[in-house]
Amino acid sequence: MNQVDLQTESDITVDVPISEEPAVKNSSSLHLKVIGKMLALSIGMFGFGYAMVPLYDIICDITGLNGKTGRVSIESVATSPIDLNREITVEFVSSINQGGAWVFKPQVKTMTVTPGKLYHTSYYAENLSDNYVVAQATPSVSPFTAAKYFNKTECFCFTRQPFEGKTSKDMPITFIIDEDLPVNIDRVTLSYTFFRSPDQGVEPS
Amino acid sequence: MSSNDVTHHAADDHDHDHGHDEHGPAPGLMRWVTTTNHKDIGTLYLWFSLVMFFIGGAMALVIRAELFQPGIQIVDPMFFNSMTTMHAIVMIFGVVMPAFVGLANWMIPMMIGAPDMALPRLNNWSFWIMPFAFTIMLSTLFMDSGGPAGGWTLYPPLVLQMGDSFAYVIFAIHFLGISSVMGSINIVATIFNMRAPGMTFMQMPMFVWTWLITAYLLIATIPVFAGAVTMLLTDRFFGTSFFNAAGGGDPVMFQHIFWFFGHPEVYILILPAFGIVSSIIPTFARKPLFGYDSMVYATASIAFLSFIVWAHHMFTTGMPLAGSLFFMFSTMMISVPTGVKVFNWVATMWRGSMTFETPMLFAIGFVIMFTVGGLSGLMLAITPADIQYHDTYFVVAHFHYVLVPGAIYSLMAATYYWLPKWTGNMYDETLGKWHFWISTVFVNVLFFPMHFVGLAGMPRRIPDYSLQFADWNMIATIGAFGFGFSQLMFVYIIVKCVRGGEKATANVWEGARGLEWTVASPAPYHTFETAPAIESSTVTR
Repeated sequence: MNQVDLQTESDITVDVPISEEPAVKNSSSLHLKVIGKMLALSIGMFGFGYAMVPLYDIICDITGLNGKTGRVSIESVATSPIDLNREITVEFVSSINQGGAWVFKPQVKTMTVTPGKLYHTSYYAENLSDNYVVAQATPSVSPFTAAKYFNKTECFCFTRQPFEGKTSKDMPITFIIDEDLPVNIDRVTLSYTFFRSPDQGVEPS
Repeated sequence: MSSNDVTHHAADDHDHDHGHDEHGPAPGLMRWVTTTNHKDIGTLYLWFSLVMFFIGGAMALVIRAELFQPGIQIVDPMFFNSMTTMHAIVMIFGVVMPAFVGLANWMIPMMIGAPDMALPRLNNWSFWIMPFAFTIMLSTLFMDSGGPAGGWTLYPPLVLQMGDSFAYVIFAIHFLGISSVMGSINIVATIFNMRAPGMTFMQMPMFVWTWLITAYLLIATIPVFAGAVTMLLTDRFFGTSFFNAAGGGDPVMFQHIFWFFGHPEVYILILPAFGIVSSIIPTFARKPLFGYDSMVYATASIAFLSFIVWAHHMFTTGMPLAGSLFFMFSTMMISVPTGVKVFNWVATMWRGSMTFETPMLFAIGFVIMFTVGGLSGLMLAITPADIQYHDTYFVVAHFHYVLVPGAIYSLMAATYYWLPKWTGNMYDETLGKWHFWISTVFVNVLFFPMHFVGLAGMPRRIPDYSLQFADWNMIATIGAFGFGFSQLMFVYIIVKCVRGGEKATANVWEGARGLEWTVASPAPYHTFETAPAIESSTVTR
């Protein structure tokens, strides 16, 4: 033996009767049990991968992660108290995904707003091509921590926007910044990315 | 050592087929196609990963050759990107994982006194899926639109813009996943049900323990990856919008799902290495493994923690402060059980009667250089620092230190350690030591400068770079070619050993303990058809 003795020497020197049967013979039901459990685990984890999709949206909703903005009804904001002395600069930016024959831009680039008050603005979009196209804009707010305080009561981003060839339109937004917006934030950027809908005419999932 | 007096001499017949055994294998090539023998399948896995090691290595040399000097000299950027992508996929799924599965096949039944794996036919299938999957994967390089070039992490939306290779790559990944999950189920069933009577869980060799936990990680995470790539597939071909912002999806969500798989995956690539090193160091220090129980618990803690750290790969995607802090601290926490392991290995060597045969050299090299990679990982865990290091060569240096002188060194150590048991012949010790020292010099010449260019801001995955990074890149490329070509020695030593050499005793190493050393060298085609008695001399702890 080695000089360093094993503490558990007594446990492991127990005499064990040696089975004459090959170990594999009597164990097929045991194997099936393990296979069943492990397959269930792997199928369950495959499902968990998909379950992360709704979970992700829920977590983003709660935390405002990813700059996903909320939608509120007009009634719920009417009674909010207003701090008239506070001023927030709201910047509007736009981008077009993967190019395309579009004009898409905010009508005003910045606004100075008071939290708790309702404001209106709009974006201008023009389809430069001859074709009928359905588009959709997705919003994002920066900094992320401001996202859940940036509430929109009306937004063109809520619905898909159809465009005939060579047409343009003004697309309105009505928003209100929650007065609970952390005091260290004095500038909020609202960004829209304009996408061609993946399936023209089919409701996106 | 009391086990030393077990001296079965190798049979005179050194025919590679071990034809002297009455239950020997069928002759001819069909043996390898139809085999359900754990040793044959282990051998197939190991040869397969050795071949893939050179394919993946050749890709790495294309990358390093292009980076020898600034500017675009040798390959066009698209091909460069497909080289970085394929190098990663081949090395992870084609080299390290199959090699560990091959070792598991060979060694686990022999270590626990079982006659074979629990599910031998499934085992055959697990292996034979792989060559087909990789044929599909590698064939994309010859397509007009080129191979996958969006990085092995397959981030959308870039990956969705891939050419025809996209569907092939997803299909191959599904196959590889099925192979891994089946192999893992087999390993779990073997360890649970086929241990020799009397062998408790806490008497199993560490390699068996680390593989049991690795198998659980594989079964729990590979299906998540399969789900993620299936979502990519439906996004591309069936009009879903999981990751397409235009349809209400979110590309960042892919990163969350991917790294929920991806982080446990990196422990899949290292936990069996911990098991190998925990087998080798006690043998050559001639002392039992220090802190066996803590090794088991540390392995389990690492496996658990690996599920709650994934977002440290995504600090720069933006997340709330609480999220950054959580993922930073949970990541740092992993260094505690890993540190326990490193200190246990050092304590095992402390005052041991150490000798430095090739397996021990590779194992010690592993401990030292894996720790270097671990420490740079700790630096990357610090959120504000990571925002600076993210996607630079510092990250490349970090994960290559844990994977090359980490996982790959453990595989080389395992090969030298068990090769006499597999072939019945001793390998050439002098050449083995040369192989170690040449590899170790070049691997550091290759990867250490990447720390410097990374901290200086050189981005990864780009075929061209600014002039100030030129010197260190040239040195790294010299190291890469030195390391790459010195692996030809490894093949030469293995082939030489398979073909003949000094006969190995059953015990092979003076200090070796465990059931695999109680059978003859080479191990007979069938071992432990009658379960062995478990005695203190054969228990490795």
